[in-house]
This record gives sequence, structure tokens and C-alpha cells, in this order.
Amino acid sequence: MSTKQKTLLVQGYEVVIGFETHAQLSTQSKIFSRAPIAFGAEPNTQACAVDLALPGTLPVMNKGAVARAIEFGLAVGSHIAEESIFARKNYFYPDLPKGYQISQFEIPVVQGGEVSFFVGDEKKTVRLVRAHLEEDAGKSLHEDFIGQSGIDLNRAGTPLLEIVTEPDIRSSEEAVAYAKELHKIVTWIGICDGNMQEGSFRCDANVSVRKPGAPLGTRREIKNLNSFKFMQQAIDFEVRWQIEQIEDGFEIQQATVLFDPDTGETRAMRTKEDAADYRYFPDPDLPPLVIGRDWVARVQAEMTELPRVMAARFVADYGLPEYDATTLTQSKAMAAYFEAAAKACGQAKLVSNWVMGEVSRRLNASEVGIEQAPVSAAQLAAMIGRIADSTISNSAAKQVFDALWTEGGDVDAIIEAKGLKQMNDTGALEAIIDEVLAANPKNVEEFRAGNGKALNGLVGPIMKASKGKANPAQVNELLLKKLQA
Amino acid sequence: MSLTAQDIDRIANLARLELPPEEGQRMLDQINGFFTIVEAMRAVDTAGVQPLPHPIATIQEVALRLRDDLASEPNQREANQQSAPAVERGLFLVPKVIE
Amino acid sequence: MTALHDLTVAALAADLRAQKVSATEVAQHFLARSLADTSGSFLSLNAEATLAQAKVADAQLAAGTAGPLAGVPMAHKDIFVTTDFPTTAGSKMLEGYRSPFDATVVRKLGVQEGGAGMVNVGKLNCDEFAMGSSNENSAYKSVTNPWDTARVPGGSSGGSAAAVAARLVPAATGTDTGGSIRQPASFCGITGIKPTYGRASRYGMIAYASSLDQAGPMARTAEDCALMLSAMCGPDLDRDSTSLDVPAENFARDLNASLDGLRIGIPQEFFGEGLAPGVRAAVDAALKEYEKLGAKLVSISLPRTELSIPVYYIIAPAEASSNLSRFDGVKFGHRSKDYTDLVSMYKRSRAEGFGEEVKRRIMTGAYVLSHGYYDAYYLQAQKIRRMIADDFQQAFKVCDVIAGPVAPTVAWKLGEKADDPVANYLADIFTLPASLAGLPGMSVPAGFGEEGMPVGLQLIGNYFKEAQLLNAAHRLQQATDFHLRQPGGAS
Repeated sequence: MSTKQKTLLVQGYEVVIGFETHAQLSTQSKIFSRAPIAFGAEPNTQACAVDLALPGTLPVMNKGAVARAIEFGLAVGSHIAEESIFARKNYFYPDLPKGYQISQFEIPVVQGGEVSFFVGDEKKTVRLVRAHLEEDAGKSLHEDFIGQSGIDLNRAGTPLLEIVTEPDIRSSEEAVAYAKELHKIVTWIGICDGNMQEGSFRCDANVSVRKPGAPLGTRREIKNLNSFKFMQQAIDFEVRWQIEQIEDGFEIQQATVLFDPDTGETRAMRTKEDAADYRYFPDPDLPPLVIGRDWVARVQAEMTELPRVMAARFVADYGLPEYDATTLTQSKAMAAYFEAAAKACGQAKLVSNWVMGEVSRRLNASEVGIEQAPVSAAQLAAMIGRIADSTISNSAAKQVFDALWTEGGDVDAIIEAKGLKQMNDTGALEAIIDEVLAANPKNVEEFRAGNGKALNGLVGPIMKASKGKANPAQVNELLLKKLQA
Repeated sequence: MSLTAQDIDRIANLARLELPPEEGQRMLDQINGFFTIVEAMRAVDTAGVQPLPHPIATIQEVALRLRDDLASEPNQREANQQSAPAVERGLFLVPKVIE
Repeated sequence: MTALHDLTVAALAADLRAQKVSATEVAQHFLARSLADTSGSFLSLNAEATLAQAKVADAQLAAGTAGPLAGVPMAHKDIFVTTDFPTTAGSKMLEGYRSPFDATVVRKLGVQEGGAGMVNVGKLNCDEFAMGSSNENSAYKSVTNPWDTARVPGGSSGGSAAAVAARLVPAATGTDTGGSIRQPASFCGITGIKPTYGRASRYGMIAYASSLDQAGPMARTAEDCALMLSAMCGPDLDRDSTSLDVPAENFARDLNASLDGLRIGIPQEFFGEGLAPGVRAAVDAALKEYEKLGAKLVSISLPRTELSIPVYYIIAPAEASSNLSRFDGVKFGHRSKDYTDLVSMYKRSRAEGFGEEVKRRIMTGAYVLSHGYYDAYYLQAQKIRRMIADDFQQAFKVCDVIAGPVAPTVAWKLGEKADDPVANYLADIFTLPASLAGLPGMSVPAGFGEEGMPVGLQLIGNYFKEAQLLNAAHRLQQATDFHLRQPGGAS
């Protein structure tokens, strides 16, 4: 539970949210067959006999899917079950070829665990109930067919990790923050490509409301939230809708709802009677999944440093504020970029400012990831080095950076070419200051009379006379000295 | 434990079987006839006994074999769809699926 | 000169290897007999496909690359999928279905590279989706018992047993889930064996009850069964997760071993009131033969024998109800011509495609798995299953092999039990226990009972003891000639 419990009530009601996330695992082949899982292939060209449930076919388990489940479990501090069972979830749907989904029911592979994140500056922890392995279903296509649907089973059998939380989330903002953190974890450790448009990371939110202290309300499940933006909108609408229903005297009926981004509303799906009776039983085609502690230890040893751990290390080793550390560890690539630059020039805080500022701004504007940044970590480090050693001023650096980003090149060469070297020669500077002081007696008088702002009227002309190359800190220092002399 | 006609309806729906009334009635009688022998089974004391879903588990540990993560199935759409009732442009056609 | 159809698999294999006769000749001979058959044993025959296989076998024999049973004809129960013949599982649901792949057992026995080289004459009739004990549940036609065409051949591998008994083929594959190899073998006077669960791959064997189904050979002699079983068994680790990682064996290696000191356990529960006198007499006579061969009879108890009926008829339908959900008219199989929407398409296609017994078992299975009933029925049955398996382990402490009848009676008349499903279930009492435990079991011709109908002796072994069972069966066949008799008198 959160360390600083803030009550976030909506119209006097407490919002209670639990999440179920289906992450498609980044394996080469499907969970129970050897068909490939690349996105966007021609219909049914990646659906082999096993995926189509042809008579006589049987499932064989993909080691890569299990390895990724173990990695996830370790990343969230959960227990990896020594023995877990695959069960059949029986229901009829055209995109479910066997008429049952192979999933895990009573005994999942990952048990417990937690995910921590920041909402604003408040730290929040959401507990996980479990994560289990299961197979994805195919797709139904409705356009192009009148009165009919076309079934593509390419996706059927893609490995999924279903991640279930306790109902610990208390607002739509927290929900989005949780989802983003979970997204970061699964992409960071490399078990999922996180591509939400392609359906690699699908969230369902179970939402209910209650008066504080009252028992849990009936929940409705918002399915297939595939963007963070819509996630918040959908939950907000659902919460307001439920509160309105209750205030109007109606009871909330358990239902599955879909969010319509065009209308901004959630609406209940056609109810499937007996939908809840899945007749789960252990799959007789699959013996128990046994995971030895030595395998878990091997995975643990090879695991990449997790974002929270890395952030803590940035705070400890580089003296960065927690906010900076958290922001820089939003992706492995960004953290690596930061660290490479910081190590190269030894100016961690400056690097952090530039990465979180100028670099991020430009990346967002051109919608590319830091892997595609035209300015390398080495180049940034070199430029920051020149700021630190007073070769250039901060404002000059902006010009250098712009040149690097748009044209590329060498830092020193650009400084040279654009004549951006800061004037560090105090003699020449003093001469300029004397000239400006002489030319602006009124400002001098006003400053000496106690008007501090009169300084600006002198700094401007000094900088202009120095063609912007004066070191602002030096200007201030010398100017004050002369004025106070 | 005796099944009722409602049970038959519910299960026929779960199992996606259309049963005309006489067939449903016949099925009800026959299944109830069967369940009279099942009652003896229910009375057996099985406290502390583990179920046996995989017979060999009687004498040895049974564990799921894991295969290497390799995609080796080629595209055999035509052969796989040769017995399909309705196919268009590679898609299996069904009556419209309403969400 | 012995007619080709009176030769055993072993004899034919030897003649073919010695090139005394060609695979094509042999295939033509058995094709002619099969095409003329009126028992209903075959569901599909295709001379062109068979002769194409024979041609391959002949080439292999000439080149010296042939498998151990090259050119010997056989036929597959229509539960095994084949690329060159349709596969129906005895059901209208799969009328005309063509599989794009062959079952592993089909490949291991056939003329494909690495196979034993046997030539497939056609697909054999069976109870629909292997559910039944008389072959009367086939959606296409019943099969008549060659010993008395007014009687059933047994089931579900009725077509396989009848075809072998009538010498339409020297051997056939069957599947055994609750006795479906052993019981028809007994009713038709032939030899059949179900191996330890997991010995033979289930890939390509249309699933009825996943934790019980096993493939096995059916032939006239134990030696033939041993040769075929050796070819059929072996790990299929890439395709079947329940396939055991135990090496392939030569199950014929101990056929002639002495039975001196062999302890044969006789379960008292198998010799109660319901056992027909003629069956009892034949079984007792066979047991006396064993004593003459040096074996010792030991009285044992399998106290939960009767419980095996409800336990099996809870577990098998439960698994079947799920396994048969894939038959929905979407990707393959029967689709109704008359529906209004998706749900009615499902309901009508499945109602039209499945026969009554199949529907009954799907309903029972769905019920015992449904919410609120799982613990009392399915889970309870799986627990008693373990107790039954443990009972066998107790018994095997004092005996090596267990023997008794295969069924309480000889084959009944066609139509006699057709309206009484429970009567059919009760008749499975002696074969179900070994199925539940996953133990290997055989039926060996032991003589004749009521109305001159064949009676089989059941032999049950401990896990992995198929060679011992086949040895015991073979020694009995050296001392008796029941396995050589054929319907119509001559042997």
C-alpha cells in the first residue's frame, strides 16, 4: 500500500481498481507450436496444424516463454512456483480454435510480487496477485464481409503473460502510472516489445466505487485499453458513470465494457450467458511445469539491472536527485545514454539536465527514440565538457547543440567555425566594461544609489560589445567589483 | 444427484449442442441412469489422496518437457485449409461475430 | 502352398525380404479380399493409394533399404490421421476430412523413410470418436463379427478386430482407452495389446480421452503384435508432451523365455457372479495351461474394480467434452446448411455431426466439470484413480503378471445393448482398471464360450513390462491353437 495515504475521493466515493495486463512475449515461436509470431503476416500463413487445432494435434511447450516468465517474476520480486499447472479454459468463440484456451488456473508460474512507481512525487506500490502463461487467441475481421466475419488464426498460440494486480489502485492517474511502469519493466527486461498499437501490451481495468469504509462495490471490467491516453479517459468516464448510477438508486451489474474513443464513453458488451463457467481442469496433454531453483538462479544471475535499482544507483553514485534518476531510467537506452555521457565528461548533473531537457524535447518533437538521436552520448559529453571548462557559455552551447543535431560534426570544430569561444581574457573584458561604464553614467549612478536592476542595463551592452563571447559569470564578477570599488 | 431438464438445457448450451425436446428428455433419463452408479463413487473417502492426472505419476515424477524456441513451421495454408467449410482470401468465414 | 492371407505378419515379412513374393502382389491379394468384404470393417479403401505404397516398399526391398516389416499389408483404425486416405473417426462430423499430416504411428509403421515399411490397405471402421464397445456407434455402418454375423465384433476397434479375424489384412492398428483393443480382440478371437500409457505417440491419433488413449497392434499372434509394437512405440518428444522418454524396445526379445516361476495374480473381483460360465471355463483352462508351463497362480485383490466404472465414465467424458470442442464447423469438419447466426451454426453443426453416444458423453463430461460439480465428481474420480493405480502396485508386489477375463461375456447380438448405454459401460469392468492406471494390457485367444464365440484371456503387466506380457502370450500360443482358428472351421 502507499506510504503516504492520500484519500482521493470522487464525489465522496473511493475508486478501487485492479488491473489485468496481457503482455505478448517476445519469443521466436508460439507457446505450444513452432509457428512464427511476426506481426502483420498474410492471414493464416503463421497458423500451423497445432494452431488450427486440426484433429490429432498436441501442444509442446516453448522454453523461451517459460524463461521470460521467470525473468518477469524476478523483476517484480515474486515467487517462482516450483511446480505449476496448465489448465484448459473452455468456451466457444471462432478465434479460439480448440474451443478452449490453454492457460493456468489454480497454480500459476509466478505468484505475488509488486510494482512501485511515482504519482507526482508520491511513491505508490501495487501488489501483484500472480502472473501466468497462456496462449493468445486469433483475430476476427469484420470489414469487407457482409453479415460474416473472417477469422485469422496467425495470432492464435502467441505466448502471453497475464499479470494480475490486487485492487490496490485508487485513481485513474495511479492506473496510468502503474501501467506505464509495468510497460517499462517488461520492455526493459526484454520480454515484450511493448508495442501497444500492435496489441503486444493489452490492459483490462476492473473498476468499482464505494463509500470509504464500505465493502467493495460490484466491479465492471473495461477491456482492451491499448493506449495510456484512452486508459485515463475510460476510467474517468466509468467512475463517473458508476457514481451516477448509484446516486440515481441503481445497482451496478457486473459487466464487461469497451471504451469507445470517439464518444469517450464505456459501454457494456453483449452479455454472454454462462460466460463464467469455463469448466477449468488440468490439461491432460501437458504434465506439470517444473522449474528448478538452479534455473531460477541462472536467470537471476544473467538478468539486466532493473530500472529501480539503476535509479537508486544513479542517486548514490552520481548524486542525482531521485526525480532525475527516475526520469533517466524511463528506458534502458536513455539510461545507457546518460551514463555513457556522464562517465565521459564527469558532469552528471549537467548531462542529466541536457538529456531531460534539450535532448528529450527534440526526440519528442521528431517522435524518435533516443537510439535514433543524431547527437551521440560522446558528442554530448564533449560539448558539456566545453561548458564545464568555460570554453563556451550555456547560450553558446545551445547553438553548438543545434548544429550537432541538424548537421552533425565535431564539437571543437563547430565552436571554432561559429566563433563561439567564450572570452576568458579578463584584460580585454575589463577594457570593455570600462568603456560601457563610461558610456552609461546614468545606470552607474542608479546602481550606486541602490537600484540593483540597473545592472541589467550595463550587462546587455557589455555582452553585445563582446559579441556574446563574454563569460557571463566573469562579467558579473568584474562589473560588481568595479561598481563597488 | 439427479439432473433436471434445466440442467440439460444449461449444459447443452455450454457444449453448443442443439437438442430437440425428445432428445433432451432421452438424454436426461440416460444420464440420470448413469449417475446412479456414480453415487457409490462419491461416497468413497479420499482424504489425503492426490489426484492422478498423468498415469505414470504413480511410479515416477512427471515433468513438462520444454522445447527450444525455434520457429520451424513453414506456411502450409493451402494444405491446412483443404477441409475448411468456408474460406475467402485465406480467412475462415463464419457468421458475423458480434461483440 | 499356404494362402497369403493365412500367413502371419512375421511369415509375410520373411517371404517379402527373401523376395519370394512382391509387395505389390501381396497388396493386390489383400485388396481384393478387402474390397469384397461385407462385414462393414472398412470405411475407406483406395487401391491406387495402397498400390503406390506397395511400389515404394518393393523399391526399398530391392535396394536393401527396407524396414523390418516392409511390404506387409495392414490397415489403420480410422482414428489415425493419414494424408492419402480420408479420416472420419467413424463420425459424420469428419466425413471426407483430409489431414495435411500423417499420425506419428502411421509414419513409424509405413513406407516413409525410417518406417517399418508396412502397406496401408485402408481405414477401418470404429465406434464414433472411439466411444463404444460394439462398433454400433459408428455413424456409417455397424460391423459384423466374422464368427457370427448376427453379433457385434466389440469396440471401439471393431473394424480392426473383424478385419484381422476375417483375414482381410494380417494386422491392424487399434486404440485402447477403456478396453477398445482388448475387448474386440477377445470377441473376435485375435491378439491385441495396449502398451504402457505414453509408449506410443498420440500425435495424429484423434483424441478421445487424453490421459487414457493409447495406440496398439491387433493381429493373430503375439509374435506379430510384438513386431508391430516395436515399430509403433518410441519417444515422440517434439510432438507429444505425454510421450515417455524411454528408448524404443524390441518387444519380441523374450518371446520364448521360460515361464518357470512366473507368478500370475488372479484378482478375485474378476471372477464374481456376473462372469458368464463359458467365459470362466475358457479362462480357467488357459490358467491351467500356464500352470503346466511352470507358472504359479496367486490370489490377489483389486478391491476398487467396480469403482473403475464410474471413475472412468467421469474422467473420459470430461476430457472428451473438451477435446471435441474443436469440432465447431469453423476450420474443418461438418458445418450445418441451416443456421441463423454464429451460435446456431455451432449448435446445429455439432448436433448434426455427432451421434447420440458422443453427445451423451460430451454432456456428461461438461456437467462433471461445471461449476459446483468439479470437486465432487471430476476431482474425486481422479483421486480414486490414484487409489486404483496404487492397488495394482500392491498386487505387483506378490505377482509378476495379472490374468483374468477381458469381458464378462462373449460378443452379444447386434442391437441387443444398443438402447442401454449403461449396460455397455458395465461390461467394461475388467478392462477399465488397467486403463486408468496406464498399465499395459493384452488379450490372448483362450478358447470359446457361449454359442461357440471366442473368449480372450486378459494379461495385465506392470509399467514397461510389455515384453513379459508378450512372452506369456506367446508361450500360451505355443501350447494352444486358438489363435490359429478362423471363422468357418479351417485353421
